[in-house]
Amino acid sequence: MTLLAAEGLTKRFGGVVAANGVSFALEPGEMLAMIGPNGAGKSTTFNMVGGQLRPDAGRVTLAGQDVTNTPPRALCRLGVGRSFQVAQTFLSFTVVGNVQMALIAHQRQTRQMLSDAAALHRDAALALLDRVGMAAQADRPIGELAYGDVKRVELAIALAGAPRLLLMDEPTAGMAPSERAALMALVAGIARRERIGVLFTEHDMDSVFAHADRILVLVRGEIIARGSPEDVRADPEVQRVYLGQSGTKAAARARRTHG
Amino acid sequence: MEWDFLLVQALSGLASASSLFIIASGLTIVFGVTRIVNFAHGSFYMLGAYMAVTIVPWLLELDRSPTMFFVGVLASAVAVGLLGVAMELLLLRRIYRVPELFQLLATFGVVLIVQDVVSMIWGPVEIPGPRAPGLRHAVYIFDQRFPAYELFLIAVGPAVLALLWLLMHRTRFGVLIRAATQDREMVGALGVNQAMLFTGTLFLGAALAGLGGALQIPRVSASSHMDLSIIVEAFVVTVIGGMGSVPGAFLAAMLIGQLQAFGVLVFPKITLVLAFLLMAVVLVVKPWGLLGRPEAASGRAVLPEGILDPHPLGRAGRLLAAAAVVAVLALPLFDAYTVKVGTEVLILALAAFSLNFLVGNGGIVSFGHAAYFGLGAYGAGLLVVKAGLPMEPALIAAPIAGGAAAALFGFFVVRLSGIYLAMLTLAFAQIAYAIVFQWVEVTGGDNGLVGVWPSSWAASREAYHYLTAVLTLGAIIFLRRVIHAPFGATLRAARDSAARADAVGIDVRTHRWLGFTLAGAAAGLAGGLYAFSKGSIDPTLLGIPMSVDFLSMILLGGIQSVMGPVAGAAAFHAVKDFFMPLTDYWRLLLGLSIIAMVLVFPRGLAGAFVSRRRGAS
Repeated sequence: MTLLAAEGLTKRFGGVVAANGVSFALEPGEMLAMIGPNGAGKSTTFNMVGGQLRPDAGRVTLAGQDVTNTPPRALCRLGVGRSFQVAQTFLSFTVVGNVQMALIAHQRQTRQMLSDAAALHRDAALALLDRVGMAAQADRPIGELAYGDVKRVELAIALAGAPRLLLMDEPTAGMAPSERAALMALVAGIARRERIGVLFTEHDMDSVFAHADRILVLVRGEIIARGSPEDVRADPEVQRVYLGQSGTKAAARARRTHG
Repeated sequence: MEWDFLLVQALSGLASASSLFIIASGLTIVFGVTRIVNFAHGSFYMLGAYMAVTIVPWLLELDRSPTMFFVGVLASAVAVGLLGVAMELLLLRRIYRVPELFQLLATFGVVLIVQDVVSMIWGPVEIPGPRAPGLRHAVYIFDQRFPAYELFLIAVGPAVLALLWLLMHRTRFGVLIRAATQDREMVGALGVNQAMLFTGTLFLGAALAGLGGALQIPRVSASSHMDLSIIVEAFVVTVIGGMGSVPGAFLAAMLIGQLQAFGVLVFPKITLVLAFLLMAVVLVVKPWGLLGRPEAASGRAVLPEGILDPHPLGRAGRLLAAAAVVAVLALPLFDAYTVKVGTEVLILALAAFSLNFLVGNGGIVSFGHAAYFGLGAYGAGLLVVKAGLPMEPALIAAPIAGGAAAALFGFFVVRLSGIYLAMLTLAFAQIAYAIVFQWVEVTGGDNGLVGVWPSSWAASREAYHYLTAVLTLGAIIFLRRVIHAPFGATLRAARDSAARADAVGIDVRTHRWLGFTLAGAAAGLAGGLYAFSKGSIDPTLLGIPMSVDFLSMILLGGIQSVMGPVAGAAAFHAVKDFFMPLTDYWRLLLGLSIIAMVLVFPRGLAGAFVSRRRGAS
């Protein structure tokens, strides 16, 4: 069954049509990348799916249920986890504290006034950290970590909500190239193993062509191409308006190295 | 009511709107560029009036002409502008990067200093100003007398607006002000001399406040209470108009002026409340004000100012807590005066702790916490004095009153963040103050009510001390538990990153609202206990100075620590109790201390305690 479906999503900002009739579907365990030049409407589409923006037209369904205009915290309850372009974590907490907080929220225990938050779900949080390779850093303040590690913790926080779908807005932005590949490999591994669907936007062509199962190309608010990485790379229109010569070569290289 | 009367009413509304705009425009320009909400702006206004009542009569001695009057007014404005420059160079320059709570407190420190300096120089008596030559007569508008000077004031507001527009659009300085208001970091990145820009902005802002004050002298005498009343009104105008927006301030001043001119006809009792209600409505509908813009989001993740990871008490902490409890229990062994001070310290400690539950733990900078303290006191006091109930049910009603008020106000407050939130808490506190002040039949107005005495079993000073100790320590221990519990952690999480909290399924607004209510209830309990310890209630319990005292306590104790506010309350109250009777210049001393704390000691007593222990080990 289709996990996520967007149908005819449209958003205008004044006279600018940021997204125009964007439709796509995503299956469980699939990595779907959304690419395109700056201002193509990636973030707009992404935020309409994630509940931050209200579409002017169109609808979003999650496993058949209409979730258009559902606010983020309610989407989380329906099994949607997300990561942000600039990592968003609870900066005053420890690494494990961040994951524990997400688990407390997931278990709806946030209004408890007498139990000890530091003792709740510690083992489950450590297990989640172990899955993203961060268990060894569990008790450090999260503010001390390198940015790439913070992104991993953010993934663990998202996984604490037992998601069916992960929304990742430029997951590798601001990271060093080696960290990028490792993070994307980790996400792809978890997604395929646990049948989690992943929708991500990305500027880094290496990450996209190495790990995406399918790719959507947005230009000026419209999808101009879609399909497997090979199809998209070979598409002359995509080469002309987005990838260019060097981009196409980089895409081919990425596909050879990882694929 | 005749329509010519309504016309005159509208005109007098325009005159006060015009004056209010001149003052508020300065405040909004300074905020736009420096991002500091300058409490001392009201002090500049007051200084403008005092300068003018000094300079103008002297000039009129030389030549009794309208020219000399206005030369005097402008000279006063320039003199105040220079004081603004001094404030920028000596203080503001050092605090641009500190959290906004500290900025607010530091500028409030300037307010306290100026109050005492003014009474040192000009004395405590009000000084009436001369009337303006050439504008002393009244004109007739359809049989209604209307002062010519007010007509003149109506024209000054738009004239200032026009001059500011020319300045903002036709000069390099003005263009830089507008650019910095939109994106200060970008202006800095472009290589603009920011120091000059900020100093110039303070000159302009302070001079506008001084001009506003100087223009008032034919209408009102210069007095040492002008500062706080005008600053709260100017805050309301800038917040309604949108902070940083000069046209917004003009629009808002016109609205407020008319609202007050006609409000006094319809609801003579609650004129003070109307403006604040308008502000609350505007903020809920348009959180950035009528013509304001959302702040440019900065992508940088910054460690929040406040409680970080709350640890369980270490051995030293436990020893200290035990010693404090023993001291509290042993106090009745000393003289009665010590017991009285000890009881007050316990009560203030609970109030300060509940405030830091919001500020330090929740990142909710409440500038009106005294409202809940005071409403708790009135809730308990009125039940005893007016309804004849004994102390016990009144003490149960106190936290309910504080909590209910916090739930009502908090519903609006938690929709905002940052400086707008602080301004709204201040506005709500002023609403509560205005109601208590103006509803004389019930509350006794300015004089308050006496006869709030404890039940006979708790009537002795010692017995009441122990009752207070049990209730306040119990409440503090409970709140501390909540900070460590999932609820407290959730408030910290929402403070650290509202976006992330939302994404993991936390209903941020509801949790902050519950936290606000809980803190209000705790403050209400403290207020109820305070009423019985004094035997009386009066409006100062809800005033801005009381809120600032609470903030000073948590600042002194350290907002980053869980238990610091308790130590801060003890130290603050002990020092105040010791020094206040000894000096006529307590406010000067307090103002200087607050500024010193912000500049050199921003982590408070608890911060010093921790770093000393780190240094030792």
